[in-house]
Amino acid sequence: MSGLLLILHPLPDGSLSKSARETVTVAQTTAQALGMPWCIGLSGSATQKAADALAGTGAASILAVAGADFDVPRYASDAAAAEALARQSGAEIVLAPASARFSRCLAGVAQRLGGRIDTHITGLEVNGGTLRARRWYYRQRMEAVFSRAHRPWFLLIDGGIATPWQGPAGQAAVTAVAVTLADDSRRTTVVGLQAPASDAQTIRPDANVLFVAGAGWTKKQADGQPHVGEAATLIRGFLGKAQASLGSSKSLVDLKTEGQQTLDFMSHLNQVGQTGSTPRHPKGLSTCCHGEEPHVVGWRFIGERRAINLDPNCGWAQGKADVVYVADAFEVMRNVNAMLGAS
Amino acid sequence: MADPFHIVVCGSLVPDPLQTLEPVAGAQGPGLKNETMLPAVLDPWAGHALFEAANLAKQVAGSQVWLVTLGPKAKLQQLMMTIAQKVPFQLVVLDGTASGFADAHEVATALATAIQGIPGLDRNRLLLFGGCASASRDSGVTLQLVGEQLGIRDQFLGVDELGIEPDGALHILERVEGGQYQVSRCVAPPAVLAWATGSLPEPHNNPQVGMMNMRTIMPQLQKAKPVTVGCAGIQYDTVKLPSQRRDTRVVRDVPAADIAREIVDWLKA
Ligand SMILES: Cc1cc2nc3c(=O)[nH]c(=O)nc-3n(C[C@H](O)[C@H](O)[C@H](O)COP(=O)(O)OP(=O)(O)OC[C@H]3O[C@@H](n4cnc5c(N)ncnc54)[C@H](O)[C@@H]3O)c2cc1C
Repeated sequence: MSGLLLILHPLPDGSLSKSARETVTVAQTTAQALGMPWCIGLSGSATQKAADALAGTGAASILAVAGADFDVPRYASDAAAAEALARQSGAEIVLAPASARFSRCLAGVAQRLGGRIDTHITGLEVNGGTLRARRWYYRQRMEAVFSRAHRPWFLLIDGGIATPWQGPAGQAAVTAVAVTLADDSRRTTVVGLQAPASDAQTIRPDANVLFVAGAGWTKKQADGQPHVGEAATLIRGFLGKAQASLGSSKSLVDLKTEGQQTLDFMSHLNQVGQTGSTPRHPKGLSTCCHGEEPHVVGWRFIGERRAINLDPNCGWAQGKADVVYVADAFEVMRNVNAMLGAS
Repeated sequence: MADPFHIVVCGSLVPDPLQTLEPVAGAQGPGLKNETMLPAVLDPWAGHALFEAANLAKQVAGSQVWLVTLGPKAKLQQLMMTIAQKVPFQLVVLDGTASGFADAHEVATALATAIQGIPGLDRNRLLLFGGCASASRDSGVTLQLVGEQLGIRDQFLGVDELGIEPDGALHILERVEGGQYQVSRCVAPPAVLAWATGSLPEPHNNPQVGMMNMRTIMPQLQKAKPVTVGCAGIQYDTVKLPSQRRDTRVVRDVPAADIAREIVDWLKA
């Protein structure tokens, strides 16, 4: 077993997602530091186009499991393709982007190959010829650097940790890897994607700013009344003007399951924190959210952090944000929206 | 109506998220300071899986739910005092560490062996449930590894919804990128469903359910087999808390319009 394999799923038009191109950069630098040859494995119906786009990466070879059966994001077929690519390559290190698709199947592939897998990798380093990985434990509470003796070693690389690879397309020679899907690999059919209505598309992974709304938006305000309708207008107004991504505290989205009046465009998918997501954005603005630790662990990868809260002793003021504005978020956001609208 | 399901939920305990955690180096690899003393809760996403399992079992007559758990026996016993009152289940206990630093592969092998040993489990009707990731290791691979070891090739990760179609097929919504759901149809069990939040609120405590559960839980805890899982082959070089504590500037008594101007300038910078 030797060498490094990078597995990618091309998009239907043969292009590659940003996170896939980031992993190309990681593969290049890691293989070089280890002094190893590296290759790329592709699957789906657009493999030649994707291979041509990757012709300038310096990969020693490109392997492909071709066919429309492998366009479908389904465990059985994705695992079969990745297994064949890993076996054919004989690689000791296998990298892939931490997409929903690879996260669903690559551990199973590692198991089939008698390998080991680590996920949510936020960095790879090579010291003295040894590959070391970096990841967080206890939901972003502590960070470890470690190595593994076992091979093959599969690593799923988190997005946002490397510059996306870019280079000119060329003409790539592709080595075909044959996979015949067994009938029982088609027990699952993918019906499609259920996207929110376009005006409710609130999660934008590439946005410059994360806007977090907390339960305070639904609470009684100074006049003794809740103002959920105005809260919804202000939040949606800001999201539209700033093209921000919408995050939520758990308390706010839990109100829905508890049957209370809340913001109808929010769901658990928006929840940030211990039992929610850990998005990556350069800036984050928290509003009407207390900044308790189970929420703030989800801000690990948010660069600059600001918060608006009526309470000067809220969690954000305890070293968790760069700036805390002690103010009424309704009033501030009314002004912010007016200024963004005018500019 | 669908044939009964045999639902196995894998889930363990994790430190209460409001606790401060500090890593310490131990002979068997890293651990947490005062780990045995830390208050624990049911791993949140595994908890959602358990509540979804119980809800499904209630809808499809004859279905059964097992909770297979690997953790220190004494702490599991404490945890059961609260969990047992929530929903009906049978417990299978493996007495060992619940550390986030234990290797998912070792944990998965222990769980798969325990599941294979469940008397009367119909593997053709098996739905293997659990959380999409733990609040300790947060790797999101354990269920997948168990599923592979049990030969299950229909697997779903980050599930928020499971419906049973009139012909018994499974209709599944999984979280994918950009706040979207992937909708799939799987003809029948067996399948692995690693749950995200689902859609059910936490059930209220029901002392009657608690009493019924405790009849099987206590004997299971007593006869729990010790298992050794660790992190063989992994060399942890460092485990650190993030050092960065921000130097927070607290802005008070400033008109909302001035704050708004500052925020807009910052957003545009
Ligand atoms: C197992 C477990 C897992 C958890 N996981 C998560 C998680 O993933 N994510 C998460 O978020 N939480 C999580 N929590 C919950 C967490 O501990 C907090 O309870 C939650 O984050 C609180 O939400 P909140 O700040 O929106 O609400 P609250 O605590 O109710 O705070 C509301 C805030 O709004 C402010 N406010 C009210 N009106 C205004 C106004 N007009 N202007 C400005 N400010 C105003 C108030 O001052 C207050 O600070 C978890 C808890 C547990 C036990």
